[in-house]
Amino acid sequence: MDIASGLLHGFQVALQPSNIFWCFVGCFLGTIVGILPGLGPAATVAMLLPLTFKMDPTGGIIMLAGIYYGAKYGGSTTSILLNIPGESSSVVTCIDGYAMARKGRAGAALGIAAIASFVAGTVGVVALTLIAPPVANFALSFSSPEYFSLMCLGLALVVLLSGPSLLKGLLALLVGLWLTSIGTDLFTAQARFVFGQATLLGGIDFMVVAIGVFAIAEVLASIEAGEEAKMLPVPRGIRNLLPNWEELKACRFAFVNGSVTGFLIGVLPGAGAAISSFIAYGVEKAFSKHPEKFGQGAPEGVAAPEGANNADSGGALVPLLTLGIPGGGTTAIMLSALVLWGVKPGPLLMQDSPDVFWGLVASMYIGNVVLLILNLPLVPAFAQILRLPVYILFPIILGISIVGAYGASGRMFDIALLVGFGLLGYTMVKLKYPTAPLILGFVLGDAMERALRQSLMMSQGDLTTLVQRPISAIMLGLAVLILLLPLIGRFNQARVRAIAEG
Amino acid sequence: MGRNVLRDGDVISGALLAALGVYIFMQGRAWDYYTADGPGPGFFPVWYGVAMVALSLLLVVSKITKTGERPAVDWAATGRALITWLAFALAAALMEPLGFVLSFALLTFFIVAFIFRRPLLTAGVTAVCVALGFYLVFPIALSLPLPAGFLGF
Repeated sequence: MDIASGLLHGFQVALQPSNIFWCFVGCFLGTIVGILPGLGPAATVAMLLPLTFKMDPTGGIIMLAGIYYGAKYGGSTTSILLNIPGESSSVVTCIDGYAMARKGRAGAALGIAAIASFVAGTVGVVALTLIAPPVANFALSFSSPEYFSLMCLGLALVVLLSGPSLLKGLLALLVGLWLTSIGTDLFTAQARFVFGQATLLGGIDFMVVAIGVFAIAEVLASIEAGEEAKMLPVPRGIRNLLPNWEELKACRFAFVNGSVTGFLIGVLPGAGAAISSFIAYGVEKAFSKHPEKFGQGAPEGVAAPEGANNADSGGALVPLLTLGIPGGGTTAIMLSALVLWGVKPGPLLMQDSPDVFWGLVASMYIGNVVLLILNLPLVPAFAQILRLPVYILFPIILGISIVGAYGASGRMFDIALLVGFGLLGYTMVKLKYPTAPLILGFVLGDAMERALRQSLMMSQGDLTTLVQRPISAIMLGLAVLILLLPLIGRFNQARVRAIAEG
Repeated sequence: MGRNVLRDGDVISGALLAALGVYIFMQGRAWDYYTADGPGPGFFPVWYGVAMVALSLLLVVSKITKTGERPAVDWAATGRALITWLAFALAAALMEPLGFVLSFALLTFFIVAFIFRRPLLTAGVTAVCVALGFYLVFPIALSLPLPAGFLGF
């Protein structure tokens, strides 16, 4: 199936009433999640995953993806009105967005954020449509050694970009590998790390780990922070939400910059929307004729990062759908969702499940339009969500977390594990251990071990098979290089600064 | 240095992870490392166990040798989070005898009244409404089972 007919097929799938409904539900929930500080897309997708078990995989992934990219649209609202980012990807938007709002241009800032998100989000989906098929074709030639090296490369990037301490990132990754080893070995049926508990023979449920590490930890960290902020008034009426001609003109380059930077950074596993928005802001400021206006309410300072964090979604789905390699927490949960539904992400996804692949891609075009509608005229209504007191919100998140953990298996044991993983996630946040490598290690650990063992079976125990095959050798070499890069002082300073500001 | 370093979060977590790495390595050694068919169940754990020990010791050493001020911990704020976690753990433990609705209502009451210091009436109304809302949405509307206690819900 070529790209044009694939996309046409995708629209036939995505335009079915049920799929339009799930796309809307995903975008709606995503916008709410984006607006609410303290509740991220990863936690929401993890909590809602059990509810999608009975759904058709196409509708399910369309909804989960809607939450993923919808949260990035909504994240700008609190950045602009409260100076508190709804999502990590909207941190940079606070700088000029809040400054614009204080100057009485909150409506224009919200409008620019929505328009930039729509333009760059759509460009990101177009790029995904065009780039995913050739990447998948290329990956068809991969065997076990290439897959092992690819996973090493992906994980190395995640470790490099997820936190200032490389050591802590690697340790979090190793804990994820250990957690995924718990249970029965697939090759030999040997029970590993089960502590004599029969309930652990089937392994630890991914959702219990994800909900604990993301949702419970987020609630505990937010309770610890105990921040309360005063919201600036939300302008009413569509006219007050539209930027003027000068502001739009100032954003021309920012729309392009955000689209290109966001997509390219999004393709890299681990980089994530926070870093892409930070880099797009930096590029915008560096090339601006008036860099002194940045920080004082420059409209392009809102457009560039908001565009980048939305184009990032399209980029992040390239490795997930074509190689089966997620780049962050939310995409890791989406990968698990696909596997739970019996769909295998990777180079054969387009051939084996065209409804899922092309339906999802086409739904993202529709989703971007839905989000533009939700985020322009309906922003004042959504902003009212911020009036929901946190003392009601946090128990609700805890309750949904319990339902999510228990609903999947019906075992009280999983609720106990959830409590433990909640504490683990909170401790990691406190001690500045990044959580993304742990989740990715957990998701990819099984496949990584399988690929390594199969590689060694193929080569009769010869480890050099990993470097004798050119593609595998290049990827493994890049992974080693990535882990050695922080040893260069200047590079490491720039990396740490990017992570801290992103 | 001395005592302060031993109380450092990185040193403690590094030591715990080193111990976990040793445990993983020892367990991995107890299983087949290599069989006639290829790598055994102990192969992968042995390698990442060794890596965990090496990296965590590196973390501990780098922390001990690094001088400078350590950021102060806001124990009041941390305590608030930990008390919430303890309440969550207690509610989870009570779910078997009391069921989801009752134990979740108690948890909500505690969080609203004692963590957020809202009036008891507000806490009571919130707890009842939220727990009832969960009961109506999940077991009734969505047919998703929740832990049931001695009262049957």
